[in-house]
Amino acid sequence: MAAFNKPATDMPKQSPEERVNNFNEVAQGYTKELALQEADRCLQCKNPQCRKGCPVNIDIPAFIALIKEEKFIESAKKIKEFNALPAICGRVCPQENQCQKFCIVGIRGEPIEIGRLERFVADAERNAGVETPEMPEPSGHKVAIVGAGPAGLTVAAELKKKGHHIEMFEALHVAGGVLMYGIPQFRLPKEIVQAEVNYVKQLGVEIHLDSMVGKLYTVQELFEQGFEAVFIGSGAGLPRFLNLPGENLSGIYSANEFLIRTNLMKAYRFPEYDTPIKIGKNVAVIGGGNVAMDSARCSLRLGAENVHIIYRRGKNELPARHEEVENAEEEGVIFTLLNNPVRFHGDGRGNVKEIELIRMELGEPDDSGRRRPEPIPNTEWRIPIDTVIIAIGQSPNPIIQQTTEGLESTRWGTIITDEETMKTTLDAVYAGGDVVSGAATVISAMGAGKIAANSIDEYLQKK
Amino acid sequence: MFKIVSKKELTPNVKYFEVHAPAIAHKSKPGQFVIVRAKETGERLPITIAGSDPEKGTVDIYFAEVGKSSTELGMLEEGESILNFAGPLGNSVKIENYGKILCVGGGVFVGAMLYQIEAFKEAGNHITAVFGFRNKDHVMLEDEVKAVADETIICTDDGSYGEEGMAIVKELLEKNKYDHVFTIGPTSLQKHLSDMTKPYGIPTMVNLFPIMVDGMGMCGACRVTVGGSTLFSCVDGPEFDGHEVDFDELIMRMRVYNPQEKIAMVVKKMEDEQ
Repeated sequence: MAAFNKPATDMPKQSPEERVNNFNEVAQGYTKELALQEADRCLQCKNPQCRKGCPVNIDIPAFIALIKEEKFIESAKKIKEFNALPAICGRVCPQENQCQKFCIVGIRGEPIEIGRLERFVADAERNAGVETPEMPEPSGHKVAIVGAGPAGLTVAAELKKKGHHIEMFEALHVAGGVLMYGIPQFRLPKEIVQAEVNYVKQLGVEIHLDSMVGKLYTVQELFEQGFEAVFIGSGAGLPRFLNLPGENLSGIYSANEFLIRTNLMKAYRFPEYDTPIKIGKNVAVIGGGNVAMDSARCSLRLGAENVHIIYRRGKNELPARHEEVENAEEEGVIFTLLNNPVRFHGDGRGNVKEIELIRMELGEPDDSGRRRPEPIPNTEWRIPIDTVIIAIGQSPNPIIQQTTEGLESTRWGTIITDEETMKTTLDAVYAGGDVVSGAATVISAMGAGKIAANSIDEYLQKK
Repeated sequence: MFKIVSKKELTPNVKYFEVHAPAIAHKSKPGQFVIVRAKETGERLPITIAGSDPEKGTVDIYFAEVGKSSTELGMLEEGESILNFAGPLGNSVKIENYGKILCVGGGVFVGAMLYQIEAFKEAGNHITAVFGFRNKDHVMLEDEVKAVADETIICTDDGSYGEEGMAIVKELLEKNKYDHVFTIGPTSLQKHLSDMTKPYGIPTMVNLFPIMVDGMGMCGACRVTVGGSTLFSCVDGPEFDGHEVDFDELIMRMRVYNPQEKIAMVVKKMEDEQ
């Protein structure tokens, strides 16, 4: 059983010294040789456990078997039977908590690097030019999809492949949702997102940009336009703030604003691109999730000298992916853990000058099972800071909930759905992704999208 | 793409576009705005809507060329198209019969004020309109407002046309009993007016335009303190009670990118000269 002894195949990366000076992709992907070496470790289990960990149930052994045979394009097509966006998932899925967590090889050794292999074949297919699969006869049914993020794109591709007429309504000037405005270029190049969006368009899906449902059309009006079902995948894009004194001083960004300026509007290429960003010498990022890591790493690339991650719990409790924490550490991000902001101090001209923190300690476990952070009295201290990025989470975009009568949501603003069908409290209206779950992962949004697509298809068949 | 059906140059730096955007024209109401991007490298500019014609499928906007993105927008000609034009965003002004109202517009925003005035007139209000400008070269839409408002006063900062400064507003407030005041214009004007009406206890609605990026409730750049709470101008406004707005904070927040604006303009000038 050679696979247990051989370590997982590393993926080439830009060195930390080099990559902090550019926005190019950090992880550079397997070469053919490396992919073959890694694929060779797969045992091709008769009863594969990895699939259990995949929210979209990709036939993982089958696509890896095709890699072993050097049939890379076929391998990508195999994945696309289950997942329309493999180049994205191969890059941003938390595989360590999903497929790779269940890998049999991983019980005694290092699990197969399934994500890296997925990325390899998706890139190989894209570089070769993506062919459009054969499409069924039009069914005559029309479905509207609100929001062109991971959930919406998945529903669109799945339903299009069943022959339905699909139109997407995207509020921003570009499709992709959080893949475009949130995740940075160096982790997920925007050209790759657009290539995946183009694949969905290639299938025959129409995408209307600059079209904010709830404002331009209501959900009710979409039905009046002749759509028979509506899927809402409007995401969690409403930034949370700390509600602390001084939070509206200039230089304090929500992570959303910071990342929208940097990624979507390409402020890192100012003045070639018009949208500016103001980055100071000393930056404090509040929060410990992936968005916080992205914000910290963008700050370094924009020229900041000292970038702190300020998190109220300890290192073991950081909610970010381990890989992202490691990348941030390698790049020189300073982890100021077990600290919580108390207030922000200004320079008298409206700009932030200092952040005041209080030291924390971990107490008894709370409802989430994590030890509750508690402030240690009289331990306030200050760090001089000129940019603050608040990355403590996002809530669902509220506009559709506010403008759609009968669409019920929770007190957290998430749309209520039936878990098995993703149907909302309105007939023929389905929802999925972050607007239902609250901010979560790309792949969980896609998993919800797949369930919704099946339910919508069933609903249309019965009509 | 959104075609510019007609274009006018009104004053030295103010342009008017009538834009073909049928879906927006159908929905748009006074007080709402659009997010406009002239080209791929451009900023997302929020511009208050100044009128719409659902039958023609067009939306009117007036904008001042104050930075690189707005200058490039102004360079587009009639018949050409705007890359992105999203809306109608934000909440509309509440149109009803308030009775006797005072509507104060300033600079390029008089276009958006006129859109409100037309709706208020239709709802049966008695309207006193005050339009203020920098000097006589910047006066615009005078005939248009006179055709709708019951009483119209034009003022200029330097007195080169009409009344000098805002003193006339003080006089109006002394002499008349207004049921409601509405304003849209430079933030300093909206602040000044809110300060003036406060002693009289007249409800005063302002229409704010802080720095925005998406304009759809996602970035929080446009957050403004109103009555002690932080609100987003794009989705909670842009209309707010002027007596509750923390204008000093707002004005400071609006200055953040002044240095970058200058850099962008200098670079653009160098490129144009090459």
